[in-house]
Amino acid sequence: MTLHLNDYLLVSGLLFAIGFAGVLLRRNIIIIFMCLELMLNAANLSLVAFSRFNVGPNGLPNFNGEVLVFFIITVAAAEVAVGLAIIVALFRSRQTTHVEDINSLKF
Amino acid sequence: MNPILFWFFAFLMLAFGVGVVVNRNPVASALSLVVTFLCLAALYVGLDAYVLAALQVVVYAGAVMVLFLFIIMLLDLRAEVRRKFNKISLIGGAVVAIAFAAQLIGVLGRHPRGDQPFPPLTAIGPGEQLNDLKLVGETLFSSHNLPFQIVGVLILVATIGVIVISKRELK
Repeated sequence: MTLHLNDYLLVSGLLFAIGFAGVLLRRNIIIIFMCLELMLNAANLSLVAFSRFNVGPNGLPNFNGEVLVFFIITVAAAEVAVGLAIIVALFRSRQTTHVEDINSLKF
Repeated sequence: MNPILFWFFAFLMLAFGVGVVVNRNPVASALSLVVTFLCLAALYVGLDAYVLAALQVVVYAGAVMVLFLFIIMLLDLRAEVRRKFNKISLIGGAVVAIAFAAQLIGVLGRHPRGDQPFPPLTAIGPGEQLNDLKLVGETLFSSHNLPFQIVGVLILVATIGVIVISKRELK
């Protein structure tokens, strides 16, 4: 029994689905943010799997995928910092992190 | 990677991923997310991506999760009181997630190269380890130098943005 590319893609897709369901189901804005991180990490896992799967003629993995994962991790860290600052600012003005209580943009 | 180890970490990762979604207490969710990230790092090691595994542990399981826990405790969030369920979002979320998973399985079933095993790395001899810190670094600084500098600017912008947003009076 060996591992195939599909095994990694399946696990990555299921992790993405879990994160997606969390974004739609949960009403706490911090949990929604955590589920967004789950989705980003699911994409990273499939990128790393593709990178390892595409072994070039020099016998090394294709490192472009890993470099892209590096960029995603960097951007995600910046995104978390800014997002949490926005959540703190929102909590200061509204005293809540519940998305149903933050509805001034709602039609 | 040993398939048993792979499935062990994959199931652990998915189980704690579900834990992030279903936990009512935000601190428990955040700690589940830490375990998810650590299992993901283990999967990266299985894919010979040692640098990314280390980065995953340091940046995600370390810095990002400390930031999350810090904010949760700063805002003093308690476990959510049970509100009446929003039926539309509950049904919508479940339907979308299940449809996505079904679509995924359908696509993977027809993916022509998906059932091939991972090819061996012929550049390294038996018993040697891939020196991927050097190789990823070379790729990053040679063929992706401009995006790397742009990301540096992005982090500077994010830092300034966080300071501006966090000031007490927004004018």
